[in-house]
Amino acid sequence: MRQSQLLRQKIVYSILAWAVGIAIFFPILWTVITSFKTELEAVATEPSFLMFDWTLENYSTVFNESRYFAHFWNSVVISIGSSLLGLLIAIPAAWAMAFVPNKRTKDVLMWMLSTKMLPPVGVLVPIYLLFRDFDLLDTKLGLVIVMTLINLPIMIWMLYTYFREIPSEVLEAARMDGATIGSEIVHVLLPIALPGIASTLLLNIILSWNEAFWTLILTAAKAAPLTAFIASYSSPEGLFYAKLSAASTLAIAPILIIGWFSQKQLVRGLTFGAVK
Amino acid sequence: MGNITLKQVTKNFDGHEVIKPLDLSIDNGEFVVFVGPSGCGKSTMLRMIAGLEDVSSGTIEIDGQDATETPPAKRGLAMVFQSYALYPHMSVRSNIAFPLKRAKMDESLIQDKVTKVAETLNLTPYLDRRPGQLSGGQRQRVAIGRAIVREPAAFLFDEPLSNLDAALRVNMRLEISQLHKDLGTTMIYVTHDQVEAMTMADKIVVFNAGHIEQVGSPMELYRNPVNKFVAGFIGSPKMNFIEVSESVNGTQVDCLGVRPEHLELSDTEGKWKGKVGVLEHLGSDTFLHVDIPGVAKLTVRADGNCAYEYGDDVFVSPVTEHVHYFDNSGRAVKTA
Amino acid sequence: MATTSSRFLGRIMISPAVALLLVWMLVPLAMTIYFSFQNYNLLMPGMQEFIGWMNYEFFLTDPAFTESFFNTLQLVCGVLFITIIGGTAIAVLLDQAIVGRNIVRILVLAPFFVMPTVSALVWKNMFMNPVNGLFAHMFTTLGFEPFDFLSQAPLASIILIVSWQWLPFAALILLTAIQSLDQEQLEAAELDGAGPMARFYYIVVPHLSRAITAVVLIETIFLLSVFAEILVTTNGGPGYASTNITYLIYSQSLLDFDVGAGSAGGIVAVIIANVVAVFLMRMIGKNLEK
Repeated sequence: MRQSQLLRQKIVYSILAWAVGIAIFFPILWTVITSFKTELEAVATEPSFLMFDWTLENYSTVFNESRYFAHFWNSVVISIGSSLLGLLIAIPAAWAMAFVPNKRTKDVLMWMLSTKMLPPVGVLVPIYLLFRDFDLLDTKLGLVIVMTLINLPIMIWMLYTYFREIPSEVLEAARMDGATIGSEIVHVLLPIALPGIASTLLLNIILSWNEAFWTLILTAAKAAPLTAFIASYSSPEGLFYAKLSAASTLAIAPILIIGWFSQKQLVRGLTFGAVK
Repeated sequence: MGNITLKQVTKNFDGHEVIKPLDLSIDNGEFVVFVGPSGCGKSTMLRMIAGLEDVSSGTIEIDGQDATETPPAKRGLAMVFQSYALYPHMSVRSNIAFPLKRAKMDESLIQDKVTKVAETLNLTPYLDRRPGQLSGGQRQRVAIGRAIVREPAAFLFDEPLSNLDAALRVNMRLEISQLHKDLGTTMIYVTHDQVEAMTMADKIVVFNAGHIEQVGSPMELYRNPVNKFVAGFIGSPKMNFIEVSESVNGTQVDCLGVRPEHLELSDTEGKWKGKVGVLEHLGSDTFLHVDIPGVAKLTVRADGNCAYEYGDDVFVSPVTEHVHYFDNSGRAVKTA
Repeated sequence: MATTSSRFLGRIMISPAVALLLVWMLVPLAMTIYFSFQNYNLLMPGMQEFIGWMNYEFFLTDPAFTESFFNTLQLVCGVLFITIIGGTAIAVLLDQAIVGRNIVRILVLAPFFVMPTVSALVWKNMFMNPVNGLFAHMFTTLGFEPFDFLSQAPLASIILIVSWQWLPFAALILLTAIQSLDQEQLEAAELDGAGPMARFYYIVVPHLSRAITAVVLIETIFLLSVFAEILVTTNGGPGYASTNITYLIYSQSLLDFDVGAGSAGGIVAVIIANVVAVFLMRMIGKNLEK
């Protein structure tokens, strides 16, 4: 009796949860489906879900007509480049704060975080003018620099929370065992913190891949990553739904996959450790 | 060699004096135990010897050479940490080999040494496992293995047994003592457990509030504690303290101390009359908690066949030659 | 606790990060403050001069500012309302024993990984378009007039789009918070005689309130700066109906080339964001002490 009640409850909750899940996911699903339609079917008065002639023509159009690969490559370079550069700066800083803290460490951390809370429009004009004067407008280098800097506080913060979970005795043991600070970091800290470092890297790739303020403002044709490229579909090409869908699907697919892998670590990174 | 000499060593944290000026010399081959309540400075002192903490002033000499400024890696000391501090991402073999690798030792020589150490510590079957797959006692052994493989001038142990369960702790205590006999290397061992101190040490250093209360062999400390703190800290169950106001050898004393094993029970006569409270039967011994109205609650050790029961009236008297007296500053007053 | 040499090394290791962030924060911000007191238009080079608080006066008394201020407020509050309520409901639902929980979790989480320009365009064209959008089809099928979302209710439409993007974030964090609730605490409360309502009120709610506060503060920081969604859907229009402060400053600085007024607006935005940031920092700081 109780057993069947539990089962019924489970069925009801499951149906409800699946309904909610599919509803939320639907716009993405619809985009993917539409990307396999012809333009005509995409705007048909009677939209069909599966019963249409599946075609890859939109994908080939996207590849052939636009400089899709160039923009995709820009996204890759900007997001991975800035994330790696960020790690290079963030790992030593997080090491210092986690293992040689002093009275000001907490203030430094909070200050770093506060730079993240500066609204981008607060520095929009000077950054734009500086980029113009230094010929960084519409360059990948310029965007790598900006992405590194805007995500650096999050990287340091995430790494710091991961490093802090490593008992300092392990590092001290390495020091006693004759390791220099360099080999202590390379042979002991980094391998132990590898999962944390990987998720920091992934989260930052996601954040910079999807960043849509500076990428839209500081790029034009040459260095535009996918965010800016897709924005160019705003109109009138946006009315070609199937093509828009194909381009969108390609733009979000890699990050969707990375995102699903790193969802557990996401919470910690996005709340600065306030929620674990 | 493993002589370690501390001269006027102090440690300040944020203007707070954690270690007051302290002198201590440790001879080669000695098993020295730093014991004291938590926060007394014993671990800080060990970490200063290791080089993991700076000294604020004073010098640390190792084998007659000033090592105060020497980085930990260059001091030739090995340390076993409370949490074992094994490298979780390395196999047992790599853990033990790590210090030798850092010393750029020849690979085949490293393997020889690791194999030998593993045999000594019964770790051979586990060499390819990760620390996470080992039990607490095995991890402890790996940590010790990583320390002995270097053949250091001295071993530093920082509360190494406190994460083990009681039965294992007794075993490891014996193993470490045996290791000391086998290797003959200086060992400095920090613990808050006076039983470990008593059972293992050649020399006990009792720390309290950042200074040394007394240095001596276990039996010296047991027999002749220099003050009330050491008297209360060494020995189990604790020494009984009774407030008195007497004159001993012309000195005013405020406190009389007598250990549970130096109290005698009688049905008919004795110094104090009281009532038996809770009894703790250990089999070999019985501890009686006797309430002496107006004097104190005393713990008395009797033999295992003790026939007293809760609520019995009883007389308690101290064995005169084992009574300790303390003056109002807690210092022991000589009776003879 | 460490030695002088490791402390020294620590200072060296942290200095690149500190130096970079210091430069990144101070130099542009100082420039913004400087520009905000200048009459400086990119279309009229060489005419730059100090004009005191004029830019602020101009920016703050502009009716567009008032409108975009309230738009910003509605956008932030609207999205927060939807995501917190929806997120809590989803989190509670996903905490139950359901079939295929991990897959549902992935489905719910997905929108968070969609880049803002994609989600805005997909919603704009494929759902909200009054002729070919899916909503229009639904409306006509049900016998209603198709509704032109983005011209008739531009701000509400943007709120809908942004909420869709942030709902997964709220749900994920609240779910994590629910799952981290100590079961023993609940059991202890049950033994102490607390009924289900009392347990929910005295233990679950205080536990969740922390996470909800975190979601509110973090979302607010990001929502104050919503930009791409507006740029690709409405361009802030019609009129200023869907312009928020971020978009207003952008259009003044880079569309009207009025560097002075844009900078004054930027400083106003910084001040507004700081009010939120102070609360967020205090909360994170408290957490750091544990």
